[in-house]
Formats: sequence, structure tokens, C-alpha cells
Amino acid sequence: MSRAALLVLADGRFPAGGHAHSGGAEAAVKAGRITSAAGLEDFCRGRLHTAGLVAGALAAAAVLGVPPGDLDAAADARTPSPALRGAARRLGRQLVRAARASWPSAELDALARDFPKGAHHPVVLGVTARAAGLAPVDAAYCALYESVSGPATATVRLLSLDPFEATGVLARLAPELDRAADTAVEAARWALDEGAGALPAASGPLLELGAEWHAGWPVRLFAS
Amino acid sequence: MTAAGVRAHARIVARADGRGGTALPVLDGAGPLAPRRTRASGDGARVMLVGAMSGPLGGDRFRVEARVEEGARLSVGSAAATLALPGQAKGEARYAVRLDVARGAELHWLPEQLISAAGSDLSVTTRAEVAAGARLVLREEQVLGRVGEEPGRLTSRLTVRVAGRTVLDQELRCGPGAPGGWDGPAVLAGHRSVGQLVVVRPEFAERPAEARTLGECAALMPLAGPAVLVSAVAPDALALRRVLDEALALLG
Repeated sequence: MSRAALLVLADGRFPAGGHAHSGGAEAAVKAGRITSAAGLEDFCRGRLHTAGLVAGALAAAAVLGVPPGDLDAAADARTPSPALRGAARRLGRQLVRAARASWPSAELDALARDFPKGAHHPVVLGVTARAAGLAPVDAAYCALYESVSGPATATVRLLSLDPFEATGVLARLAPELDRAADTAVEAARWALDEGAGALPAASGPLLELGAEWHAGWPVRLFAS
Repeated sequence: MTAAGVRAHARIVARADGRGGTALPVLDGAGPLAPRRTRASGDGARVMLVGAMSGPLGGDRFRVEARVEEGARLSVGSAAATLALPGQAKGEARYAVRLDVARGAELHWLPEQLISAAGSDLSVTTRAEVAAGARLVLREEQVLGRVGEEPGRLTSRLTVRVAGRTVLDQELRCGPGAPGGWDGPAVLAGHRSVGQLVVVRPEFAERPAEARTLGECAALMPLAGPAVLVSAVAPDALALRRVLDEALALLG
């Protein structure tokens, strides 16, 4: 395996379209729930332990070889918002294209073929990490970091927040992210024996509700 | 009460009686979980869960099972809210609800709120297994703390399977000791009531319900399967019930 592949995959400039999504930050800013770096930190911490943990566990499980179809169905069941399911599939479709160009593999080809509208993004991320020779924990880190870096970057634009402050938020979350990555991998190992139903199902009601509200706006800066 | 906490188990079985009505061949339970048959409207059976004690307290283990057999119709409510309280026994209390709805059967599971009082520690798991062609209306409402009180620790997992496929699996963790950010802008943002209404209908397979928002803090969401989830957060139990009722009326 190449450790540097993790840097390529986690790089914000990796051409997979993630920059167009705010991870729910746009709705939370508009609702007046994020008004400062402190609010952003609280938002990111909540997202890390809910949607982030689920994404990390799905991605790690895909690296371990849990069938992507099972993981995609588990992701559907853990994503009641149709707006979020749609966004996750669009992101998955974009990632599978970039991933096949970067780490050609039969498993990525099969994923693209079996899910023409895109599989859930964390599932694609895990299959990509597997194709790149990365470990389950690497995929979990990637998914968890994206769950907080997306909202942080978006909030810089939405609130004209000082980028130094936003980066400070991410740095302060790092120890919690380490622990969440361990939890995600442990859960993924369970899922290998028990099936995808054993994966965490942590949810943030306002992430789902905010996504539905956001999807109905006529004009928005971010796709989700 | 022993130091190990109370064990309570209630069982309800509803069966078509062959004359268009529903019989209740099994209606078991006592103490904190006593099911009582009440007067029905229409051809279904109605059961009220009557709690003869408070609880669950720390260390308690409650379990309720309801099975609705082919062609039967059952509606279950509760006489009062369930109040999770701190107990003398160590460890969390657990409350398991297991619902099984057979083909052509219908279950309305509409208990009153679960109130998580300060200092309590409760884990609730609700699993509904719904056969193809069965109907379900399931409501869960969590109230975090009594008036002016901090909430206890609450973990609530809700899993709904339709024809063997999981259409909803979600867990909410809140209160002291829950993962960070639970009261922040991604999860509850200071709201003290949170609720879920799940409706499973075979006709959603052909004509899925349309997604719609009910204000900024509630939404009706078609799931990946013949079911919808209405999810809502609200400042209090009254406002929460109002929006869940409104959503149910919208579904017709």
C-alpha cells in the first residue's frame, strides 16, 4: 500500500465535487444556528458523531469487504431525508469517476455498473480506498474528516468567517476525530460478521430536517 | 425493588376472529406494563398500556411485544407518558419494543411521550418487522427533561423493516454523557422535544408520498421503501404533537 494515496484521496482538490456541498452548514447558517466559530464547532462536533460516524463506519466496512450493495442499503436506511440520499448518490457518482481514473480496479468498475445513479458517497469512498490499497482506518479518517471539513470551508464563505478560525475548529476536533475513527473501524469489523445492520445509526434530526428545508429554496449557494 | 432492578414483560397478540373483527388471544403483563383491552371503534382491537408503577428506573428491563397476525387490526396507546427516572440500581435502564405486523394486518402504535428526567439513564430500542402488504402507523416522542429540568441520558434506536428490508434505522443519543454536539445546531439546537412518526402502506410502493417540509423544524420524508418518516423537533411536547398530528392528517 501507499500511505501517500491517502493524501491524494483526502485532498480537498481531488476532483470529486465535494466543494459544492456545505454538509448542512448553509441551512444552519440561514436558520441562525451558526453565527460564529463557536457555533461552527458545535455544529461540526454534532455532525462528526452522527452522520460522520455512520459515514466512517460505512467506508471502513467497504474496505474490509462488506458487500457494497448491503452497505448502500444500510446507508439508505440511515438517511431518511430524500434530499440527502440524492446528494450522497450524486457525490458517489462523481467520486467513482475520479476514483476509476486514479486507481483502476474491477471493484470500482462493478460499483459504477451496479449503481448508475451513484452509490452512497461513503460506500464509494471505502471501495476507492480499498482499490488504492489503503486500510479501513484510512477510509474512516477520510469520511470523518470530510464530515467536518466541508461545513468548515462552507462557513468561511457563508459567514465570511476568518479562515484561521475555521481551521482552528478543525484542529480542536482532531482528538475526537481520532476516537470516532477507532469507533467506526470497530463497528465495521462487527458488520463483517453480523451484517451491515450492525453499523452505527447515529442521527442528527436537524441535519435531516435542514436538508429538506434547504432543498426547497429557489436560490442557494451550495447543492446541499 | 431489588438492587438489580425490575424485569417487566408485556405481550399482545391480535388475531382475526373470522367474523371481521380482531381477537386478543394473548394479553399478558403486569406491574409497570399492564395491557388492557378497551372499547374499540370499528372492527379493530384497542389496547391501552397502563403503568401501575413509575419507571423505568436505572437497572430496569422492560420489554413489550406486539404481534398482529394476518388480517387483524390493532391499535395500542398508553394511559400516560413514560417517565424515565434515576434508580437505586446501577447502570442504564433498557426498554425494548418489538412489533410484528403480518401480511394484510394493521398496527397503530401510538404511545404517549417518553420523558427523560434529570439523572435518568435509559436505552430504548424499537424494532418493527412489517410484512409485505401490511400497514403500520408508529409514533415515538422523546421529551428531554420535565419542565425547567435538565434531561437525563437517553439513547433511542428505531429500526423499521418492511418485507425483510430495513427502510429506517436511526439512533438518537442525547443528555449528559451523549457524544458531543447533541444539543448543537446539527442535532437538537436546544429543542427539548423530538419525535418520529413512521407510516408504512403498501400503496406507497406504487405512489410514494411526496417530500414536504412543515416549517423549518419538521418534514415528511419518503423513505427508500413503501414508508414515510415524519421527523420533528419542537420546543415542547405540545408543539411536537401538534406538528405530528398535522403530518398524519396530510397523509390522509
